[in-house]
Formats: sequence, C-alpha cells, structure tokens
Amino acid sequence: MDSQIMHVRNLNAYFGQSHAVKDVNIAFSELSVTAIIGPSGCGKSTFIRGLNRLHEEVPGARASGTVLFKGEDIYAPMIDPVALRRTIGMVFQKPSPFPAFSIFENVAVGLKLAGVNKKQILKDAVERSLRKAALWDEVKDKLHMPGTSLSGGQQQRLCIARALAVDPDVLLMDEPTSALDPISTAKIEELIAELKKSVTVIIVTHNMQQAARISDHTAFFLMGELVEFGETSQVFTAPKEGRTERYITGRFG
Amino acid sequence: MSERSFDTHFRELKEHLLTMGGYVERSIEHATKALLEGDPAVLAMVYEIENKINQSHKLIDDGCVKLLATQQPMATDLRTIVAILKINTDLERMGDQAVNIAHNSERYLKEIPLQSASDLKQMAESAKQMVGLALDAFTQKSTEIAQTVVKKDDEVDNLKNKIFHQVLDYLKTHEKEVEQGLNVILIARNLERIGDHATHIAEEVIFALTGADIRHPQSAGVKR
Repeated sequence: MDSQIMHVRNLNAYFGQSHAVKDVNIAFSELSVTAIIGPSGCGKSTFIRGLNRLHEEVPGARASGTVLFKGEDIYAPMIDPVALRRTIGMVFQKPSPFPAFSIFENVAVGLKLAGVNKKQILKDAVERSLRKAALWDEVKDKLHMPGTSLSGGQQQRLCIARALAVDPDVLLMDEPTSALDPISTAKIEELIAELKKSVTVIIVTHNMQQAARISDHTAFFLMGELVEFGETSQVFTAPKEGRTERYITGRFG
Repeated sequence: MSERSFDTHFRELKEHLLTMGGYVERSIEHATKALLEGDPAVLAMVYEIENKINQSHKLIDDGCVKLLATQQPMATDLRTIVAILKINTDLERMGDQAVNIAHNSERYLKEIPLQSASDLKQMAESAKQMVGLALDAFTQKSTEIAQTVVKKDDEVDNLKNKIFHQVLDYLKTHEKEVEQGLNVILIARNLERIGDHATHIAEEVIFALTGADIRHPQSAGVKR
C-alpha cells in the first residue's frame, strides 16, 4: 500500500476578493506522479503554489486551510517558507536559469544559499543533480558556460537539476514542457518517470496525453474546485464525474 | 456552432458500423431463409453481401485507427472506439458464419431434409433476434437491451446442444444419413457462433456505455 506524503485539508486560496482555490481536500502518495489538469484559470497553478507557500508571495494573495507535509502543517507559524521551498521544490513553465550564472553556479546556488561552501561537496552535488536531471553528459565539458547558452529543453533540465540539488522530497512542476518541442518534452517525461524513484512529483499540465502518459494519479480542477481525483487510468478511461468526462473529451473548457 | 472534426468523423464511423450491421443482418437472413424455405437461389445474395461486409470491415478499422492516432480520444469516446474496433471484428465473423451456413445449406438442400432438424428454425430465429438486439443496444445506447442479448445466449446454446443430441441419436439408427446429420450439426454450430458474436457485441456496448467489463464473470475477482 502506498503511503501519503502530503495531506491537503480545506485549502482555500485568494487573490484579493477573488476565490481561486475552493476548499480542496486531497492526499498525495509518496514517490508517485500526480497530474493536475483543468482549463485555464481553474486554479491549478495557484493550488500547487499553495503547496510550498509560493502563493503568498503575490501581493494581496492569501491562503487558508491545512497542508500536512509528513504530518506537519506547512502553514504553521514556525515554518520558514524559504527552507520549505527547498524541501518542496518548484519548476516553472518557462525555463528560468539565472542569466548571469554559469551552468555550475545555477545548480549550486540553492546549496550555497543553504550555507554549503565546501568546493568538493558542491562539485559532487552539482554532478549528482545534473546526472539525475539527465543533463550531465551534455554539459560536463562546459560547466563554466552561462546557463542561458543551453537550448530550451536543456535549460528546463538545468532548472530541474537546480531544484534537485537541495535534495527535495517533493517537486512541483507547473507546465514544465509547454514551452518545449516534442523531443525535449519526451526527455523531460522520461526524466519524471526516473525522478519518481526518489522524489514525489506533482505536475500541472495542459496536455492531457502527457498527464495520461506520465502520472499515477490525476486530479481534475474546475473553477477552483477539485472535481475528481483518482488513478490516472480510471480518470481517462472511465471518469466518475460528468464534468471530468466533458472536459477530457473536449466538450467544454 | 459547427460540429467539431472529431464529432463528424466519430458520427461517420458509427454510421459505417450500423451499415455493416445491416449487411450482416441481411446476410444471415438470406442464409437462414435458404435453409428453412429450401430455396438455394437466395444463397447467391449471401456471397454478394460478403464482399460488402469485408469492405466495411477494413473501412471501419481504418477509421478507428485514424481517430485514435489523430484525436487521442478519452473516456466514453475512447471506450466507444475500442468497442467499435471489436464489434467490427464480431460483425465480420458473423458474416463469415452466414457464408458457412450458405455452404452447409447448399450441401444440405441437395438431399432429403433430416427429420430431427426441426429445432434449427427456432435456433435461427433466436440467433437473428440476438443480432438485431445487439445492434439496437449500440444504436439506442441501452445497457438493458445489451443485457437481454447476453441472457439470450443461453437459449441458443441450449438449442444447439438439443440439436446435437437429437441428430446423434437419430444417426445411430440411420447410418446412411450421416452426411446430412453432419450438415445439420455444422449449421447449428454456425448459428451458435453467431449468437456468441452477438453476445460479444452486447458486452462491448456495456463497456462503451459504462466502462464495466462483464466478460468472463467467473474470473471477475481477478484484476486485469
């Protein structure tokens, strides 16, 4: 039986008066991939940003409810959001390597900010992370080059390596392949399949075939509500909710 | 709003399947009519329709593959296309069975009909009814009609067993009529297979409509 790493209870998220995520209850299985699908503006990105407290960084944004991560509420007052975001990392839609940083520095930056300064430790961590992100062979001879000198797909894997360097338990991915070509997308998808051996992945995607291909569980969001959550094979072949059925067969959304 | 490309192709695919279903019904009708009314002239029609069934078989498979490749359907759409692929195969095999009935009837009609073959008429009626109901279940999206077909399969199976036993008993004392006896057994077997294919169609309709797999109930507890 799979154990659950994260329990979300009655999570609500707001932007000022706008109620973007409505009373969501869900539990994520450890070392699995969960896909979050739904039409634009359904609150799926806001939802995952509520899972590592990135949501509250937006001016006027607030959240309520409980997110138990390994039994501890991430919204508790003693929790340091910056440290939390190392444990629950995030990869964004657009590859975002730090422009002035080399490939090496891009991966090492999280560890340096966490106080790691020993060269050998950094070197080992950079290599390990780049290998995990399936990028090492392509960049090992040019680690001093700017991160931005890489192709779009490589930049995204660099961002994944950056998130992996601090050894997270959960990786949140917000449409990580929507700006990539099919070959780069396939590489990221293969990478996700590999990553789930050591990291729990929660991925927002607009691409339903991608959700079907890579995830173990799928959650369908509509207008801020979690409509359906289940095993991916069930959701895509025999959804229980009519609204899920209509969305995944392209009849609205 | 205009119909989406997927819906247009999907609708056409279902229409092709029903056209093919119509051919199969006619083919079985002609084959059994020739047998029951002793008119071999009708058999030519069966061979003619067989060509149309085979053309439809390829056309529908091709349509399914194209829709799967280009539209990546999900949920009910996906289940229906998978069901159509299987129903298509069942219909084509029913067409083959109609041809087999035609062949066997041709041989049978050259000699004096067997006394013990009287239940063939009822069996042919039941099998035809199953085919019609299976296609109705698909058209009307009715799990109730589909369930009726599944239940009716036992009736056809029982008739086949009854005919087998009657013919075997009869042949024990009428050895010279063994060829006619074999023809009757073969035709009963052909009709029984038609009933089986109709049952498969009904099962696929239920899968398309509900996602439930009702096949092989004895192994229902085994996760596929």
